[in-house]
Amino acid sequence: MAQVNVTIDGRQIKTESEKTVLEVAKENGIYIPTLCHDPRLKPYGACRLCLVEVEGAKEPLLACATQVADGMVIATDTVTLHEIRKTIVELLLSNHPLDCLVCESTGQCELQDIAYNLGIEEIRFEGERHTYTIEDFNPLIERDPNKCILCGRCVRICQEVQQDFVYDFAERGFETIVTTPYDRSLIKTLCEFCGQCISTCPTGALTERLSRFKGRVWETKKTKTICPYCGCGCQIELYSKNSEVVRVGTEVKSGVNSGNLCVKGRFGYDFINHPDRLTAPLVRKGRKLKKASWEEALDLVALKLSEIKKKHGADSIAFLSSAKCTNEENYLMQKFARAVIGTNNIDHCARL
Amino acid sequence: MSKNVKKQEAGNQGHGTRKPSAQIIIGLGTCGIAAGAWDVWTAFEKELKKRKVKAELKQTGCIGLCYREVLVDVVTPRGKIAYGNVTPAMVSRIVSSHLIADKPIEDWIVLGDGYETSDTDFLARQYRIVLRNCGQIDPEVIEEYLATGGYKALEKVLREVPPEEVISIIKQSGLRGRGGAGFPTGRKWEFTRRAQGDKKYIVCNADEGDPGAFMDRSVLEGDPHSVLEGMLIAGYAIGADEGYIYVRAEYPLAVKRLRIAISQAREKGFLGKSVMDTPFSFDIKIKEGAGAFVCGEETALIASIEGRRGMPRLRPPYPATSGLWGKPTCINNVETLANVAWIVSNGAAEFAAIGTEKSKGTKIFAVTGKVKNSGLVEVPMGTALREVIFGICGGIKDDGEFKAVQIGGPSGGCLPAELLDITIDYESLTATGAIMGSGGMVVADQSTCMVDLARFFLDFTQNESCGKCVPCRLGTKRMLEMLTRITRGRTRDDDLELLETLARDVKVASLCGLGQTAPNPVLTTLKYFGHEYDVHIKERRCRAGVCTELVTYAIKDNLCKGCGVCVKHCPVDAISGARKEVHHIDESKCVKCGLCMEHCPFDAINKV
Ligand SMILES: Cc1cc2nc3c(=O)[nH]c(=O)nc-3n(C[C@H](O)[C@H](O)[C@H](O)COP(=O)(O)O)c2cc1C
Ligand code: SF4
Ligand code: SF4
Repeated sequence: MAQVNVTIDGRQIKTESEKTVLEVAKENGIYIPTLCHDPRLKPYGACRLCLVEVEGAKEPLLACATQVADGMVIATDTVTLHEIRKTIVELLLSNHPLDCLVCESTGQCELQDIAYNLGIEEIRFEGERHTYTIEDFNPLIERDPNKCILCGRCVRICQEVQQDFVYDFAERGFETIVTTPYDRSLIKTLCEFCGQCISTCPTGALTERLSRFKGRVWETKKTKTICPYCGCGCQIELYSKNSEVVRVGTEVKSGVNSGNLCVKGRFGYDFINHPDRLTAPLVRKGRKLKKASWEEALDLVALKLSEIKKKHGADSIAFLSSAKCTNEENYLMQKFARAVIGTNNIDHCARL
Repeated sequence: MSKNVKKQEAGNQGHGTRKPSAQIIIGLGTCGIAAGAWDVWTAFEKELKKRKVKAELKQTGCIGLCYREVLVDVVTPRGKIAYGNVTPAMVSRIVSSHLIADKPIEDWIVLGDGYETSDTDFLARQYRIVLRNCGQIDPEVIEEYLATGGYKALEKVLREVPPEEVISIIKQSGLRGRGGAGFPTGRKWEFTRRAQGDKKYIVCNADEGDPGAFMDRSVLEGDPHSVLEGMLIAGYAIGADEGYIYVRAEYPLAVKRLRIAISQAREKGFLGKSVMDTPFSFDIKIKEGAGAFVCGEETALIASIEGRRGMPRLRPPYPATSGLWGKPTCINNVETLANVAWIVSNGAAEFAAIGTEKSKGTKIFAVTGKVKNSGLVEVPMGTALREVIFGICGGIKDDGEFKAVQIGGPSGGCLPAELLDITIDYESLTATGAIMGSGGMVVADQSTCMVDLARFFLDFTQNESCGKCVPCRLGTKRMLEMLTRITRGRTRDDDLELLETLARDVKVASLCGLGQTAPNPVLTTLKYFGHEYDVHIKERRCRAGVCTELVTYAIKDNLCKGCGVCVKHCPVDAISGARKEVHHIDESKCVKCGLCMEHCPFDAINKV
């Protein structure tokens, strides 16, 4: 990567040649609105909001798809650009249900933020609006095409990242819609319910059923942690309200997972507050399991293991550990099996 | 010259001497067939058999005189004479008088040596390069193409001219793409030749989605080999060994003739491995498109060939570096490719001598609408608009008054009478706000409402928008709604200003050519016919009487005889009046069907 010097809005910036204007602007705290952009995806150029003026270019260029070059002089917020952006956002709003009061995405909706940032007070355009009724019977993903702005992010993340090809565009003109093969419910498609499409949707068109009405984004506390499922160790963020986890997300482009998650990491959190979850050791007394103290439970296990070993030998015992444990915990488990009990019978649930 | 060609030519001549001396050639393009050419064909078959007349019945493509279809050429030792508007009923007289008695029927002649007719100018004032063989040869017989010198240009380049030199010939000729954008063809070839790639493609764009344009169809139906030869030369020049023709499925006859042409060319060794026994190999596949306008856009076209939804993508990369299946691909229009063999045979200088400084050669226009002679017109670049509309096409039908011409179809613009003297070339047209486009020309007279015309074209582009980018998908929708409101008298005060603002934003902000040009009909009508918008908005009137909701029907007191015919025809009982007294229309009931006006025996009802 060669070093280049560019000027954005009068600021001299040193950067690398393979970056896009949008990336460089972002790194330097310069705001360029976008709706169809997601750093996990290839540039697409559908929303047309990131048009910027570049000295020497006849027409405005897309910041998301234009690479910086040495000496480039870029203006990101001229009057012309502002007017074009307003037109685009007003066009979108002229066909958008403005029910932000109860929309699940309020507070994290990119369309809402851009409308606010552009200072849109009235929508100059009016006309037909879509009134789709789509019932998608599945437990996890809520689809509302009326809120879809056709940025194609769900279509692309499912194709480019997940390689599942669940969505595509159908129809043309005003009737264009994102849909599944034969308009089927997601459950009847190849969808693996990773929820990646929800994670990229800039509006309330794709939302999580599990989190519905459980808490606004500003009411929730974000806690960064590692996914408890497999050994990949994806970075996740728990959103909690009143000590209850109401949603799991991940920061875009961060962690080993680069902002991606699978179905377990994203949706498999209901065990946390589940009534069946064990919060104390149980010891069987007669036919019943009874709550016990850790001392009591561990003493019992130690006793039984010693008895069995004495009677049947160490190899009559096997240890099965869990992928949900940390490496350190798993290490201790095998150490215990080999050094304390004296058997190599140790395995792991991820092999099952 | 290859052995194949020699043998065939010799065979052709031999065949010629044994031919019956008379030939009847029927124009069997889609236009001819639509006008009933097959019925005429059957009538000739029967008549010739009945009268035992020896004459060969042959087919040819469309010659471009659409207003005269069905066209029949009769070739006898006295020469070739063409009859127009032939119906089966006229066949027996043509056979008895012309073929048997050798007396051509002068009243029916449209073209013929020594005959001066109202149609003579239509062809005589054209300059035909691309259409050189259309309507002249049988497109399903390769020998007829060979007899006109066909495939000689290919043979010449394969044997004598290195690929780089072929490219420089095309560059020198000044040929520019006829698909709309006018990009220099030689440069496009050069980019593709220079691009890195183990495999390269040539794609012929025969999508022709522009309503009103049909020159590509005519060339494919009338002279398919000229396109194949152009593709072969292009393939050789850029280093491609495979070509695709992307042709709309709504052109079944073109597809059929292309298939025939391809298999004939393969048989002759012009397509396939070792073309004409040289190291150059090339083959052509046909891909039928499903008729979406946007699939004519090159990146959408590539997606469509690859089996994906036809949606344009960002450029760069341009197809020349990453096109079909990610390989360097050169996409050219049918008309562009049909020029190539002519340029190679006649030389770049000869081609460059035709036209203007920046626009060389000829351009075909599909002239339709309110002109006397509608059809295909091929003229040198730089010809004045007036010459095409008045000189060649005979001016306005029914001696009406010229009002506007829409050039370039839904992506083009409407030009007024004041601009009739501009010349037709890429730069002058763009300067007016119209574009060359594919060469559709719709002529309008006083009966056309310009607001309605703009609405018509926008309705098309809105329906055909691929839906990808916001300005095009929603911008054209809102523009269309504003125009509809104007034509219905339901305008909001600020609609006109907003319409213009929106049109300009859609033009700059759209992703592909469809959205970038869709506002042209609106912007040009606003610019040249702004007063019509004003009349619609301020007076709630449509002077052309097209926008029904702005029209009122009225009975003229001095002409009405009180016969009551109108009362009988009015479906909503809106007309009243005593017998033999002046009648009246109740505007609140009238549904503006116009039936009363149609039936009034005294022409007492008019639209205002
Ligand atoms: C919406 C749209 C429709 C188009 N339709 C056609 C078409 O039907 N035929 C065509 O040759 N070019 C069409 N084009 C232009 C092509 O993208 C491309 O420029 C052309 O095929 C290149 O060939 P040329 O250089 O020989 O003109 C269209 C472009 C746009 C934006
Ligand atoms: S949940 Fe995953 S697999 Fe299903 S549609 Fe969304 S991205 Fe595709
Ligand atoms: S301009 Fe229209 S046709 Fe072109 S990409 Fe945008 S929506 Fe699709």
